[in-house]
Amino acid sequence: MTTVTTTPPVPVREAVPGPSLARLIGVELRKLGDTRAGRWLLASIGLIAAAIVALQLRFVDDAAQTFTNFFTASLAPVALLLPVLGILSITAEWSQRTALTTFALVPRRERVVVAKLAAVLLAALASVLVSLTVAAAGTLLAGVTGGAGSWDFDWTVAGHAAVFQAINVLIGAGFGLLLLNTPLAIVTSLLLPTVWGILSAMISALHDPARWLDTSITMEPLLGPDVTAGQWGRLGVSLLVWVAAPLAAGLVRTMRREVH
Amino acid sequence: MITADHLTKRYGPHAAVDDVSFRCEPGTVTGFLGPNGAGKSTTMRMLCGLTRPTSGAAAVAGRPYRELPNPGREVGVLLDASAQHVGRSGRETLTLAARTMGVDAGRVAAVLDRVGLNPVAAKRRVGAYSLGMRQRLGLALALLGEPRVLVLDEPANGLDPEGIFWMRGLLRDFADRGGTVLLSSHLLREVEAVADRLVVIGGGRVVAQGGKDELLAGAGTLVRARDPHALRLTLDRAGLDATGSADGGCVVRAEPDAVGQAAADAGLVLTELRPAGGGGLEQLFLTLTAGASTKEAVK
Repeated sequence: MTTVTTTPPVPVREAVPGPSLARLIGVELRKLGDTRAGRWLLASIGLIAAAIVALQLRFVDDAAQTFTNFFTASLAPVALLLPVLGILSITAEWSQRTALTTFALVPRRERVVVAKLAAVLLAALASVLVSLTVAAAGTLLAGVTGGAGSWDFDWTVAGHAAVFQAINVLIGAGFGLLLLNTPLAIVTSLLLPTVWGILSAMISALHDPARWLDTSITMEPLLGPDVTAGQWGRLGVSLLVWVAAPLAAGLVRTMRREVH
Repeated sequence: MITADHLTKRYGPHAAVDDVSFRCEPGTVTGFLGPNGAGKSTTMRMLCGLTRPTSGAAAVAGRPYRELPNPGREVGVLLDASAQHVGRSGRETLTLAARTMGVDAGRVAAVLDRVGLNPVAAKRRVGAYSLGMRQRLGLALALLGEPRVLVLDEPANGLDPEGIFWMRGLLRDFADRGGTVLLSSHLLREVEAVADRLVVIGGGRVVAQGGKDELLAGAGTLVRARDPHALRLTLDRAGLDATGSADGGCVVRAEPDAVGQAAADAGLVLTELRPAGGGGLEQLFLTLTAGASTKEAVK
């Protein structure tokens, strides 16, 4: 502390180019798993998928123990956690106040947001690979333990599953970006679709709009191999409301917000 | 180089920062002084593109902060040492920033060493850090991109006396090598020892700025008379700018010679006449910001 060391003069250099989008995506992917909370969330996605397969091996009829069944059954519980991942990736910056550093290093905030969306999308796709892996493990075990162990699989199901999980994570990210507050975003993203579902079931005038706007209805076909053009259309409309609108409004809010 | 040009930030009718202009030159440490709530942090956030000014503009290294392609390589920013993810380790916090800036991973260990965080501390979660350690981590983050400019908001908060001494050395060294430092504090002592220039802010406005020595010299004369009332009248009549202090004396913005002459002309008996430099910057600071901080307390 007391010695004075001679240090080279502050270097004068040319303007250093800013980070590429790929670099920012890499940073955001790293942020998903570099805290204890983040690691637990990622691990629980894998654990839940594995647990579902284990339960099927134990309780489901032998004939139904197929690769396709293992795979599709693991999608729904993972789909519950992916919105949380999407929300946390955005809101943690504000609740932990790391936005101060993040946006000081990357003042073009829209690039950070795009990188975050890309990172959680990649995580959603990775979750489909996890589902495929645990389904494969389940099928192998089923073959040994007397289950059907059938490997028949229509790969469009995997494609639809990827779209399904991507939508789930984006719904979370949209709510996170719009509300910029972790508990508020989690509660809203859980509650709002449910309330909407109950209302549309109760009120007959809402039956028709619900076919276009209730994501639990419009996303249902994605769990199977066949999705008709009409179903894609209705899915698109519901996504405008539940994904595109919150993302757009949230982006505007994030761009304008003062960072403390 | 930092330039603040008529920066103003209003929240509703209240102006948190009101027409603030100053420049920080390479090779200097500028102390940004003011009581709590004077607008220091808001000004610094505007410099760093984190708060949009209502009017006015700011530039760092010749450009508005938001237009710097890779700001971390130009400007080291420490605005709030507590604004770090508590679940991340110190090293990981720096690694994320290093990757964002495209800085070699080896720099992380180098800056950790520079700020005195050992490998054990670097591996711990930031949540387990003391405020002093967080300040050191924040400083490491600011130095990571080898910037030419440092913007530091209350960096001495939570540091022990040895840490404050160490930080002064670091900032002095940085400026002596041609860097520009803007450093805020509500404590004069912290800044007096290291700053070359001072910008004093109160109630959102710049109340004084200039070279430290020049401002100190301008701190004026302390004068006391047997009849304080007559002294005030005499000083007013002589056109000398005087501020009363709590114990009945006056701080006059003039040389002792001029004050003594005015008193002699009026036939006053003085009990004390000396340069007010004894209290140094403190006197200046108190006089300049007294009104502003009272207003702040009432609000």
